[in-house]
Amino acid sequence: MLLRHTSAEPVERTGLMINPAKTCQPIGAMYAALGLHGCLPHSHGSQGCCAYHRSALTRHYREPVMAATSSFTEGASVFGGQANLLQAIDNIFTVYEPDIIAVHTTCLSETIGDDLNQIAIKARDEGKIPEGKFVIHASTPSYVGSHVTGFANMVQGMVKAFSESTGKKNETLNIIPGYVEPSDMEEVKRMAGLMGLKTIVFPDTSNVLNAPQTGKFRMYPKGGVTIAEMKATGDSKATIALGPLASDLAARKLDAQCKVPCHTQELPIGLQATDRFVDTLRKVGGVSVPESIAVERGKLLDVMTDMQAWFYQKRVALFGDPDSLVSLVEFLVALDMHPVHVVTGTPGKAFEQKIRDLTAHLPVPVNVKAHGDLFLLHQWIKKEPVDLLMGNTYGKYMARDEDLPFVRFGFPIFDRVGHSYFPTVGYMGGIRLMEKILDALLDRKDRDSPEESFELVI
Amino acid sequence: MSDEKNTAAKLEKIKAEILAKYPTKVARKRAKQILVNRSDTNGKMPEVGANVRTVPGIITQRGCSYAGCKGVVLGPTRDIVNITHGPVGCAYYSWLTRRNQTRPESDTDENFMNYCFTTDMQDEHIVFGGEKKLKQAIQEAFDLFHPKAISVFSTCPVGLIGDDVHAVAREMKEKLGINVFAFSCEGYKGVSQSAGHHIANNGIFTHVVGLNDTIGKGKFRINLLGEYNIGGDSFEIERILDACGISLVSTYSGNSSIDHFANSHTADLNAIMCHRSINYMAEMMETKFGIPWIKVNFIGAESTAKSLRKIAQYFEDEELKAKVEEVIAAEMPAVMASLEKAKPRCEGKRAMLFVGGSRAHHYQDLFGELGMETLAAGYEFGHRDDYEGRKVLPSIKIDADSRNIEELHITPDAKRYDPRKDEESLKKLENEGIDFREYGGMMPDMKENTLVIDDISQFETEKLIEIFKPDIFCAGIKEKYAIQKSGIPMKQLHSYDSGGPYAGFKGAINFYGEIERMVNAKVWSFITPPWAAEPELSANYAWVA
Repeated sequence: MLLRHTSAEPVERTGLMINPAKTCQPIGAMYAALGLHGCLPHSHGSQGCCAYHRSALTRHYREPVMAATSSFTEGASVFGGQANLLQAIDNIFTVYEPDIIAVHTTCLSETIGDDLNQIAIKARDEGKIPEGKFVIHASTPSYVGSHVTGFANMVQGMVKAFSESTGKKNETLNIIPGYVEPSDMEEVKRMAGLMGLKTIVFPDTSNVLNAPQTGKFRMYPKGGVTIAEMKATGDSKATIALGPLASDLAARKLDAQCKVPCHTQELPIGLQATDRFVDTLRKVGGVSVPESIAVERGKLLDVMTDMQAWFYQKRVALFGDPDSLVSLVEFLVALDMHPVHVVTGTPGKAFEQKIRDLTAHLPVPVNVKAHGDLFLLHQWIKKEPVDLLMGNTYGKYMARDEDLPFVRFGFPIFDRVGHSYFPTVGYMGGIRLMEKILDALLDRKDRDSPEESFELVI
Repeated sequence: MSDEKNTAAKLEKIKAEILAKYPTKVARKRAKQILVNRSDTNGKMPEVGANVRTVPGIITQRGCSYAGCKGVVLGPTRDIVNITHGPVGCAYYSWLTRRNQTRPESDTDENFMNYCFTTDMQDEHIVFGGEKKLKQAIQEAFDLFHPKAISVFSTCPVGLIGDDVHAVAREMKEKLGINVFAFSCEGYKGVSQSAGHHIANNGIFTHVVGLNDTIGKGKFRINLLGEYNIGGDSFEIERILDACGISLVSTYSGNSSIDHFANSHTADLNAIMCHRSINYMAEMMETKFGIPWIKVNFIGAESTAKSLRKIAQYFEDEELKAKVEEVIAAEMPAVMASLEKAKPRCEGKRAMLFVGGSRAHHYQDLFGELGMETLAAGYEFGHRDDYEGRKVLPSIKIDADSRNIEELHITPDAKRYDPRKDEESLKKLENEGIDFREYGGMMPDMKENTLVIDDISQFETEKLIEIFKPDIFCAGIKEKYAIQKSGIPMKQLHSYDSGGPYAGFKGAINFYGEIERMVNAKVWSFITPPWAAEPELSANYAWVA
């Protein structure tokens, strides 16, 4: 037993988190910054943070993740990190020649109170930022929120730094895709394209964190939203923010800064959330839904009707980020599954209420916790077993101990590939999610079936 | 000779080319950390700039003190509840990410390695202090798991707000009656993870070593120091030692347990694998308890054989020497068979190694066995003695960053100091070729006219690849995909990717196979698509009737 010390009886804990279901803000900020073309993320703190974030992102995406650090030692921690950051900005522009440096704080630089805005102005005044180049920033203390909060803060930082209004609106739609995979960002773009809409998707990590092998390393791969596009977001007709926690902050900032009306909704995971996304695109974009989108929807629906038997009343335990879990739970409920244990590590009570609302009509009790951990989730599973576990790679220890079918979903996934290339958003993403769930359930059925009922056809 | 001069001149030119990209001050600093490994006319080796601060903004592969202390040294010890005191990130990133394996004696034995414990500090704890939360966390860990020991690791903000983790640990130790101890390993301490190794070893020495005086079974009892069981290395070394009849009292700290640490002062010899991460432990144990230490290397079949012979020689026992020879003789045929298969497909190929501490040194032996040349190597967090050998210790200037890392002042233990060998027998063994308290360093072992680079940066890595196009590059996860995107196979030697063990005899066999696969894998030949390999046809057929 890998987690042999986990007892079934939950006890109230106020001091100790065991097996977190979240990580810290800066990694989310680093991920968002990588979705800006020509950008080098910079971690303002001691160098371990940068090393850890780069390692975790690299393991998840299996792609180069470049980022610099202010390399604080004790002196900087006492006297402030301004000198380190000024020196870093100078060195980065000289050696690595990015168009943008996206600085985020760490718990160290936040606690000593370094003012990134003031340091960036000073860098500009001292001529350390070459003409036409930018230093943008976000405040991302690790003791507030989670990696999702950090993502939201950096996307807001992008808006603050670049979005401009010329006073003349155009027909373009901004889409903030949320804390999702590069493949998902690509899919959102593709769907809007099928609708005949011109969009600016930001951040956009497609072709950055799922870049092709060409035999030539590019520090700044071809993907990412460009500075020109980011600037133009202020003239767009509207913004669609997907995933309230990750995207709403930037969308509202853009509204306040450039008067771009925003529509925030859940991540388009599963049938209904995708329907709402398509419907918003239709209404906001002023277009009709083309046949090609209807065909994709019909295909998703077709698999749902065909495979209904295997989903019906299956009990599922889930953990992950709030935005994705809300949509995923809605999808599972639509498949007549029972999501009975739901945990996110990100603090915030709204999450618990949303999950309760989505599962209110189920004939089974549902456990839900925000700012929870996997230890608690495991205890719930031990007390009230499930048929399926869904979550990031760390779930595999629970899955093995409890002999559970397991679907990897979320961040991080260190031990499988596919997430960077195949979306789970949109109608086609819904089919992939169902395929993964079915594979897990049917593989288990095949494994457990007695010989006489081991059948070729289902 | 003139050929060598040419090579040296060429390498100096490459160095200048690399430095040219940097701002003047950075170039001046990096110039001391990039060296052509070449003795001067008096046979004096160049002096390397090492264990100095990383330049802000220059992309480094280094980690922090916390990573060294919790992630590397204490992480692989299975039966301690390791609580990271701080916001969630540090604990999260050091959770199961190093491929340290462990093998408890039974399925019911304690094993907390798969768990991640943190106080998950929130903003109110940063403002009002986190000591109360830490106490509560220790209490909850005790109530839930009843471990023998709980340790606490400080992260950056904890140091800043001034939580006294040591006082909390003392109080809880008193209250709970189990060993509770803390480490001030805030990430900003020192210039790399090396500082954290030092803090970890000091802590273990202070709070654990010597707590159990029972002398265990076995005639030849040793500790293995600086072996972290990446990819199962320790398992293979344990297998070999066991076959030789050498008892392992404790490994620091792969496949380790706190009880073994507590008893480790009863061993008769300390054998050091990774010098950088643990030499202080060996020195402190020698001063306090009288245990001599030697440097060993179990990476490479020849090195393993050599290290086993060295240990046998130390014990001056003919039976043991014979047994060691017997084991080597039994193991080598399989190793040689595997080498014969791999060598022709690897020979003459060129490697580069930029890995943590000793690994950049040790793995050159394995590549050597395959007939491969190491063109360039360096450490991520080495010190001058790791490069140049311990003889330079007296000439290393202590700077402010080193001074911030506590040095324990150790004296012989009044009751338990027991020199395992008197000065005379040590001298005799030294004359026979065993170097005590000695590590020769990487540079003397490396070929002349190769490049030695300390704390290599991303830019320098790219330049080396562009200039030399090595056949394989060894480093860590952060470099991996940038190197592979350049079309060069990349082997992780911090975590071994999916492979390992690579230590010992079976490890050598694994490594030969792995490298043979990597440098010959077909995939690298497919990078250029067929349509790009040939110029486009410019003429068309025209059918003339």
